[in-house]
Amino acid sequence: MEGDVMYLGIADFWVFLAYVLCIGSAVLCVLYGLINWNRNGGEITPEDVTWAKEEDKLSEEL
Amino acid sequence: MEGTLFLFVITMVYLFITGYLGYLGYRNTKTATDYMVAGRNAHPVVMALSYGATFISTSAIVGFGGAAGMFGMSVLWLTVLNISVGIFIAFVFLGKRTRAMGHRLNAHTFPELVGRRFDSKFLGLFSALVIIIFMPLYTSVVLMGAAKFIEVRLSISYEAALLFFSAIVALYVIMGGLKGVMYTDAAQGGIMLVGMAAILFLSYYKLGGIQSAHEQLTALAPEAVSVFGKAGHQGWTSMPEFGSRFWWIVISTLVMGVGIGVLAQPQLAVRFMTVKSNMELNRAVMVGGVFILLMTGTAFTVGALSNVYFFNESGQIAFFATNKDIEQIIPEFLKRFMPFWMSDIFFVTLMAAAMSTASGQFHVMGTSVGRDLFDAFGKNLSSNASILVTRLGILITLIASVLLAYILPVFFESGIAIVARGTAIFMGLCAATFLPMYVGGLYTKRITKSAAIWGGLAGFIVSLLWILFVHEKESSVLLACNALFGRPSFFGETRTGFILWSEVDALFIGLPVSVVITVVLSCITKSLPLEHLKRCFGAG
Repeated sequence: MEGDVMYLGIADFWVFLAYVLCIGSAVLCVLYGLINWNRNGGEITPEDVTWAKEEDKLSEEL
Repeated sequence: MEGTLFLFVITMVYLFITGYLGYLGYRNTKTATDYMVAGRNAHPVVMALSYGATFISTSAIVGFGGAAGMFGMSVLWLTVLNISVGIFIAFVFLGKRTRAMGHRLNAHTFPELVGRRFDSKFLGLFSALVIIIFMPLYTSVVLMGAAKFIEVRLSISYEAALLFFSAIVALYVIMGGLKGVMYTDAAQGGIMLVGMAAILFLSYYKLGGIQSAHEQLTALAPEAVSVFGKAGHQGWTSMPEFGSRFWWIVISTLVMGVGIGVLAQPQLAVRFMTVKSNMELNRAVMVGGVFILLMTGTAFTVGALSNVYFFNESGQIAFFATNKDIEQIIPEFLKRFMPFWMSDIFFVTLMAAAMSTASGQFHVMGTSVGRDLFDAFGKNLSSNASILVTRLGILITLIASVLLAYILPVFFESGIAIVARGTAIFMGLCAATFLPMYVGGLYTKRITKSAAIWGGLAGFIVSLLWILFVHEKESSVLLACNALFGRPSFFGETRTGFILWSEVDALFIGLPVSVVITVVLSCITKSLPLEHLKRCFGAG
């Protein structure tokens, strides 16, 4: 990279991009969580309960 | 010594809190599944923090943080993948389907899930064996990461540190750490979050802020080039030279191997099933993204910045200041440049990270032995015998992990980022073996039983052969290539264009092979009965 061009003190655009994308992807996760905060909740099927009871038995055995 | 007393006190406080929360959880049985049985809601922050604690281990912080001290901030691409793939894609696209299918098939372990999905006892058995044989490698580097830190902090030998830490983990596992009491995991996640945020802030603050810190690191580039220039290093704020040895290590092993490999981790896939509903998964994405950013993002940034600190103090870069012991970069940095209390809080952070991850790993290994291996053989053991076998399985894998943590540093030369590589090998192997059958099995009815079996076997065998004969850092130590061909790596320094074969990670070869075989065989072999597919995917 040209020595003079720096992004937030970082010499390489690709490393700077990683720095920005780390924060960007975390922001995406936050937005997704907020938008879907109350979506797909609640519905517990009998299959779920059967599964959970057996899982408890299994972890008790451990 | 004032510092040692402080360390002792906060370690005791931490262990007391962990024990107390575990006891509370035990008394009130606040495990993840209780919420499902009782139909109540777990607090989303508690839930997400407990996930985070299982995801991130000492390996990520000490191992990969140290690797960033050597390779630089280019390792941050792994954080990008950790968040976008390991959290977003895993939770949103795999988590919900894993949960639904796992419950429909009443599967409680990863081998059970793939075995029942493809109606194949062999597949369950094979998956269990891969886990039992290779997961101790991953657990050993998690233990190693913590032991390396204790070695530096208490100025004791690595062996003594490893024994001390293994004893704590064993005690935790025996005392019921495997039950996965959510409050304990969440408390561990909370400690990790606060500890890492404080370290990130102080590291930047002491160098005059973000821009100034990065500029000082950039200015050290000539030091990196003079030492590692031949291997492709161009400075700690630059990518390694395209196609160079370092480029292949950073991109193929550290970033892709772990970034993609995380999708097919048995201990994480199982976690999706314990979630009460998809709502929890949506919420966990939010906290998980921020959590991973603060964990790996901090470790990698601070690891790279440590070069400025070491250089300003001693005129040496981190690699030499720690006698080429990459795993000591983060511990030494904290010991020398952070207030002692910060270093000690970090010690507790590491302990939390190792304990929560290790308990998840031992849970998976124990159930693989007790449930998958013995059930697959059709042995109808009595309940007591089954418990005994499971506990014996945990004990054996625990001993194997500790032994490996002793042996690995003896065989591998210093300076190769052994913790990061050990993690990458396990994750790469899992991805090549399980990813096509796991993702394909969740998303399409067209993957056949033969395709899943042969795809998984091919990915596994090709990856293993690649590790034994081509990927030089491992093949040179494992000696099989030398015995057969008289050289450390089959391809030596052979290049095809920009491809340096001896540094290409096994994942790059094993995963495509596995995908192609799974797809081709799915087209030409008999699909599973419709009734079975309905059971897997539900009536819709």
